[in-house]
Amino acid sequence: MQISEAWLRELINPAIATTELVEQLTMAGLEVDSVTPAAAEFSGVVVGEVLAVTQHPDADRLRVCSVGTGDAAPLQIVCGASNVRVGLKIPAALVGALLPGNFKIKKSKLRGVESFGMLCSEQELGLAGTAEGLMELAADAPVGRDIRDYLSLNDAIIEVDLTPNRADCLSVEGIAREIAVLNRMDYRPISVEPTVPGHDDSLAVTVSATEACPRYLGRLIKGVNNQAQTPLWLQERLRRSGLRSLSPVVDVTNYVLLEMGQPLHAFDAAKLTGGIQVRRSRKDEKLNLLNDQTLTLDGDALVIADERQALALAGVMGGSDSAVADATQDIFLECAFFSPATMMGVARRFGLHTDSSHRFERGVDPFLQKRALERATQLILDIAGGSAGPVAEVLTEAEIPQRKAVLLRLQRIKKILAVSLPAEQITAIFQRLGMAVETQTEGWLVTPPGFRFDIAIEADLIEELARIHGYNKLPQSSLLMRSELSKAPEALLDIERAKDLLVDKGYQEAITYSFVDEALQTAVAPNDLFIKLQNPISSELAVMRTTLWCGLLQAALHNTHRQHSRVRLFEAGMRFVREEGITHQQKMLAGLALGGAYPEQWGESSRRLDFFDIKADVEALFALTGTPVRFEAALHPALHPGQSARINTPTGDKVGWLGMLHPSLEKQLGFDTNVFLFELDQALLLQKQIPSFNPLSRFPSVRRDMALLVDENVSADAIVDCIKSCGEQALRDVLIFDVYRGPGVDPGIKSIALGLVLQDFSQTLTDSQIDAIFTRVLAALAAKTHAKLRD
Amino acid sequence: MSATLQDILTQALQALANAQDLNQLDEVRVHYLGKKGIFTLQMKQLAQLEPEQRRAAGQIINQAKNEFQENIEARKQALQQTALAARLANERIDVTLPGRGQGVAGLHPVTLTLRRIATIFASVGFQVVEGPEIEDDYHNFGALNIPDHHPARAMHDTFYFDAHTVLRTHTSPVQIRVMETEKPPLKVIAPGRVYRCDSDLTHTPMFHQVEGFLVDTEVSFADLKGVVYEFLRAFFEKDIQVRFRPSYFPFTEPSAEVDIECVMCDGQGCRVCGQSGWLEVMGCGMIHPEVFKSVAIDDEVFSGFAFGMGVERLAMLRYGINDLRLFFENDLKFLQQFN
Repeated sequence: MQISEAWLRELINPAIATTELVEQLTMAGLEVDSVTPAAAEFSGVVVGEVLAVTQHPDADRLRVCSVGTGDAAPLQIVCGASNVRVGLKIPAALVGALLPGNFKIKKSKLRGVESFGMLCSEQELGLAGTAEGLMELAADAPVGRDIRDYLSLNDAIIEVDLTPNRADCLSVEGIAREIAVLNRMDYRPISVEPTVPGHDDSLAVTVSATEACPRYLGRLIKGVNNQAQTPLWLQERLRRSGLRSLSPVVDVTNYVLLEMGQPLHAFDAAKLTGGIQVRRSRKDEKLNLLNDQTLTLDGDALVIADERQALALAGVMGGSDSAVADATQDIFLECAFFSPATMMGVARRFGLHTDSSHRFERGVDPFLQKRALERATQLILDIAGGSAGPVAEVLTEAEIPQRKAVLLRLQRIKKILAVSLPAEQITAIFQRLGMAVETQTEGWLVTPPGFRFDIAIEADLIEELARIHGYNKLPQSSLLMRSELSKAPEALLDIERAKDLLVDKGYQEAITYSFVDEALQTAVAPNDLFIKLQNPISSELAVMRTTLWCGLLQAALHNTHRQHSRVRLFEAGMRFVREEGITHQQKMLAGLALGGAYPEQWGESSRRLDFFDIKADVEALFALTGTPVRFEAALHPALHPGQSARINTPTGDKVGWLGMLHPSLEKQLGFDTNVFLFELDQALLLQKQIPSFNPLSRFPSVRRDMALLVDENVSADAIVDCIKSCGEQALRDVLIFDVYRGPGVDPGIKSIALGLVLQDFSQTLTDSQIDAIFTRVLAALAAKTHAKLRD
Repeated sequence: MSATLQDILTQALQALANAQDLNQLDEVRVHYLGKKGIFTLQMKQLAQLEPEQRRAAGQIINQAKNEFQENIEARKQALQQTALAARLANERIDVTLPGRGQGVAGLHPVTLTLRRIATIFASVGFQVVEGPEIEDDYHNFGALNIPDHHPARAMHDTFYFDAHTVLRTHTSPVQIRVMETEKPPLKVIAPGRVYRCDSDLTHTPMFHQVEGFLVDTEVSFADLKGVVYEFLRAFFEKDIQVRFRPSYFPFTEPSAEVDIECVMCDGQGCRVCGQSGWLEVMGCGMIHPEVFKSVAIDDEVFSGFAFGMGVERLAMLRYGINDLRLFFENDLKFLQQFN
């Protein structure tokens, strides 16, 4: 909400500068977002009166004016505006004046006629973006007065960012009230004298939705002139709050809304049929709104209606069928209290956030309506004339929100705020806030005023106390709490360790969006079920990823498009997979690599990355936890069918995938090189084996090597598994140190060179024992894998 | 010494001097001292002498032989020195050439910031807890005292999957999840991704928050102020000014916004702080009685505070990053600045 500082100071004027006033508001929880001057800088402009107008002898469009400016002799000023006329009061810039944009007024000659100044439009004074003709001042504007004083332009516009709990501050009065409290001043609400009715006519008002509208006031004002000019001061106040002047009646309702926080609405009485009803809408009832929108209502919306039709969406917006217009003469002015419970969500449902709905849904003072209606009546009669009828009021007392007395215990203040304030100070703070305070044995019974919807429990009172006392004056302690020794689960590796390992292996950490483009998601993981956002920010960020690869692939492309030929990225984050009606949120660790196996460097010929480079990185991750995992050839739609492995735990849990991006996907996405990917389930990856000691053998170990000839489709794992399954007690380790294909080995056959490490716990192995083990192992290999010893 | 022997010695020493490497030196040694070497033959010829002459002649030959041997040793030393010097000279490298191997990369600035935050809080016993990112509206709103249609929901631009399932708009639901299952005393921080349906120069639809809360029998606003104050000074490694400003969050009361003296201009006023000299860095407050009610913790016995901060904002201030959108573009030129 933005308001004029001058307006505010008319209601309460503490002897402090603007900066201090603004600081006070901010530090009381009414955050001031900005303070801007009400008008651009200019000087030397006074109220002038056009005394005579004669046609310029040499220019059709120019007039030569004699302008009174308070000085003894009138000034001759040449003017081109079409609305210049004798008797008009206008802003006159004198010789030496400085207008916005550093425009200096000098004595000049226009087509041979001397001109001693300039008559100004609103645009030229920086008060409006555009203007047609001169700015017309009120007839009683005092000639010679500095225009900045006259229009009180030496004013600031204060923009306050109010939190939803402080509906009571959505008005100049509300903020004035708060300033009074902060400065220990008395605030007296604007006094309003009831208007004596000038006629007896009224409209019958029936309220059927009494819980939604506990109080409804209305009166007929007859014979208004809605084409009258809204006084400049009122227009200016509206302008400084960001509202445009429209017509006297609408301007007044807006003015009272800003001044008191009470929304009002005026209907054109001639357009009404019968009495006023406040009721729930009928199913499929139509309502033409002021913004030219037509609503089709359900059976639940609160409307103001006449006998024929719905006229307004209560508390939100009026309708076009009953709107006041220039020709309007009789109006029905309404002023109601709609309950916040009814109003909450209505504006959002219809997409109609208005100044009115904003206030009603946060809570308007239910005791304000009479005063606001009288205030608006007074202003309308002053500006547009007319005669007001009696006030019709429909009140359902039982539905008016009652502010309950809240018990505030001294002991709770101490517990929550750790402060002991003198009782007088506490009661004084609440009294200044307009609350009734009654002393009790434990503390106080505090009853908030009607406008404080936010005070309902003890904590609310403690907050008020802290707020007015000042948060920064409250004590501050050093943390001295009960402490427990922290747990140190050793069977779980910290993900941060795994991230560090990848960083050390040259993978840069990326963070990509959890929602991705549906087409990309489908291309990368066509078999996964994903979930869609109902209201995505764009189609590129519309579905939840089922694999971190989506984001990593995009991030890699972003970089390959920027001259990076070698990219290594990883990300830790959640994927979201739908299975059997449940969305699993699974924490994953994924990586991507493309380009050279090593950064380009001197002294080594460059080599493209391959599967086993990445596999080594993945194996290193598992080495952190000591979890034995198995890589098995398996098909993944995003991966090269011959270079993809599923990673399983020994018990068959699926930890993740590793492989080369499928060449067709590689092309489709726009890569021009092989891309390698891995993705691991953090929960399984991070399960750690707590080390358990094995005794050491005192006897020497021996290594025996063998070269085997096996069929191409026999995997390395199959050979190692076969050897390990022989049950040889002395076998400590098996390692593969060469794989050979080529001359000397038949096509379709490969030679695998293995080293067997043997060691016994009770003796040094003899050659014959070793030979026996070798023979048994070879026999097993021959039986299970058809392996032959290479000569 | 006979003239002959003297000649032999002279020649032998000359041969040593001519030897240019250890191989040649060894050839010279064999030529004179080997089985058929010249000195060896001289010794053999002693046998033909009379016994009384043999002793004197032998001494003379040995003398010459010893002198020769000493010279071999000296020459050997010299040649070894030369050879080593040559090798060292030959093996000289340019030590300023870059090293080879796999380079080291780095962590994302958000992770760096999260780690700093976690380290500081872990030092006083806060535990790190994470929660789901897809949340039900009860945990994200209802249990946090934000009922349906409450105007505070408008403060959160929420992504929906259906009427009751959302992407969490803050990390505060972790508060509820922890308090539902664990009993006080509780000291927890909850870092993670959060989502709001908003995207412009200063908003990304996904960002990170750290929620922290502490619940015990005697926890006051003074403790909250102390923790927040000490944390901010530890985080920025600077004795900055901190102020607490009344604010409103449905799940805390009293609620506060925390401002720090602008770290860019030391509170003098600059573009980053909008000339105010202050920067808003977190929201906090005492846990609201309604929140305690929803997790069945007796607020007559226990009290607690909670705070929440935006990680990207802290990272931007800490590292001087001026564009929020860079965080999720993953441009290596950006990421590598934090290695």
